[in-house]
Amino acid sequence: MPPVTPVHYLFLSMALFTIGVIGVLTRRNVIIILISIELIFNAVNINLVAFSSQFASISGQTFAIFVIVAAAAEAAVGLGIIIALFRNKETVNADEIDLMKW
Amino acid sequence: MQTSDLIRILPEIILAVAGIVVMLLGAFQKQNAGRMHPAIALLGLLGAAGAIAYQYPWRSLDPAFGGMLELDAFSAFFHILFFLVAALVVLSSSEYVAQERLASGEYHALLLFATMGMGLMASSNDLIMIFIGLEISSLASYILVGFRRGVATSSESSLKYFLLGSFATAFLLYGIALMFGATGATNLTEIHLALQAEQNTVTAMASPQLTPLVGPVPTALVGLSIALLFVGFAFKVSAVPFQIWTPDVYQGAPTPVTAFLSTGSKAAAFAVFLRVFMVALEGSAQDWVWLLWVSGLLSMVLGNLAALLQTNIKRMLAYSSIAHAGYILVAFTAHSEEGVAAVMFYLAAYALMNIGAFAVVSHFGNRGERYVEMEHYAGLGYRAPLLAASMTVFLLSLIGIPLTGGFFGKFYIFRAALHADLVWLTVLGVLNSAIAAYYYLRVIVFMYMHPAAEQIPVERVRPAMGFVLIFSMAATFLLGIFPQAVLDFASQAAALLLENLGNGVL
Repeated sequence: MPPVTPVHYLFLSMALFTIGVIGVLTRRNVIIILISIELIFNAVNINLVAFSSQFASISGQTFAIFVIVAAAAEAAVGLGIIIALFRNKETVNADEIDLMKW
Repeated sequence: MQTSDLIRILPEIILAVAGIVVMLLGAFQKQNAGRMHPAIALLGLLGAAGAIAYQYPWRSLDPAFGGMLELDAFSAFFHILFFLVAALVVLSSSEYVAQERLASGEYHALLLFATMGMGLMASSNDLIMIFIGLEISSLASYILVGFRRGVATSSESSLKYFLLGSFATAFLLYGIALMFGATGATNLTEIHLALQAEQNTVTAMASPQLTPLVGPVPTALVGLSIALLFVGFAFKVSAVPFQIWTPDVYQGAPTPVTAFLSTGSKAAAFAVFLRVFMVALEGSAQDWVWLLWVSGLLSMVLGNLAALLQTNIKRMLAYSSIAHAGYILVAFTAHSEEGVAAVMFYLAAYALMNIGAFAVVSHFGNRGERYVEMEHYAGLGYRAPLLAASMTVFLLSLIGIPLTGGFFGKFYIFRAALHADLVWLTVLGVLNSAIAAYYYLRVIVFMYMHPAAEQIPVERVRPAMGFVLIFSMAATFLLGIFPQAVLDFASQAAALLLENLGNGVL
């Protein structure tokens, strides 16, 4: 079996990134969109850790921990906002959230 | 960590402490505590501004936290601007908070936290720090936008801002990760050196176990990274084609928060945008200048044309803010010292006139923001002459009429662009400001020349709001008549920002 090189990790993270972007653009449920964004954040983490081990430098891993913390904070704020909207509009479907247009 | 490091982030520490105090007061005190929150917030901002003054002269300070923070005149300029914006927003929202019965403690705490994040953004010299500052300020502003919890439009714009904002942050992060992969550094100065030497910073140290990695910086990775960084920052400054969120968010957010977003957040985003692109990526300018060129032109055209069609004043000002991002990008495209100074001057002038305009909109809006349509402004020139007069001043400044700050802002921008041989962009930019005059003047025409169809109630102006109006009007005129002091400061800051790059000093 060939060794796992940084390029492999790069492709894995690109795949995750692409899945996340497609999820944000095509899904209509706000929660799924939020999950897709989290997927992109984790693609970033894979990149950071892979590069960090390649360069034998600690700063990439440190950054990954910061990203995890920020992603958790974002998820908390995001779910709060979704609940606030649900109380007003009773929907989590992105197509029905259309009070303002052009 | 040393004491000297703590002194570097003293303004941020003061803001965070003030924010926590306000929040705790809001939680533990019962009634009538509302009046104390703005006072404490203002004290915190004053203390933070004092800390910035205490740090003077900024130039002699070494970078703090291992090069993560850079306290130069550039960051001091933006810190002062943010504190001024935040203080004016606190003063102008006192009416609004009472009227809409918003939770005063949390509101002011979030404003302070957002300001703190913006301060961190302005002084950070490391992609990690930039990300953290960006997140601190964005998370606070996502909540602030949805602060009218019972109103569907407010929650809706909060959700839109949140989803699109974190999507853009994710792009930015991916760009940062790729930049780290390409250069082995997250520090902006190190990235600059790595790109200049076309060699990884890590491999440049030539440690024995890393010898197989010695090689040039992968250009494909750098190019992709620049594109992703551009997406992230262009979203934050609401430049076309990443401006979709702006009108919806600005319309649905509480009006003082809209003022805060369109001035403070935009200035903070431009501060990091400038620092990343002018410090770290200056060497590969030919790769990104055309991105700025196209995006700047599209922002001006689309922002101005869409603003022509609006009937809601907040939405019109949102599109105008897209157009103003376009003007600023024109100066940025020049990527010269003069261009950076022009961007900084324009951000200051724009912040003062826009806060004034939104303060008037907020006051006229009345309970529940009922009167924000253009037709509600009919006849106000005679019923509320002073308010209408100040609105006229701010709108004229937004057009860029001489004697106002907006004129010199545009003048410096187009001068910088001409000196960088961007003739076409300058011509198109000037044409655009002519188009823009139409929709700003339309509001003035409504106020003075249309008979009122409906007599909207106009409340008495409270002292805090009056102070904001007088202050922003005075500052707008001051910048329009004696722009030299601010411009000198901006030029010095721009020179300092760029001077280290020529000789490659870390």
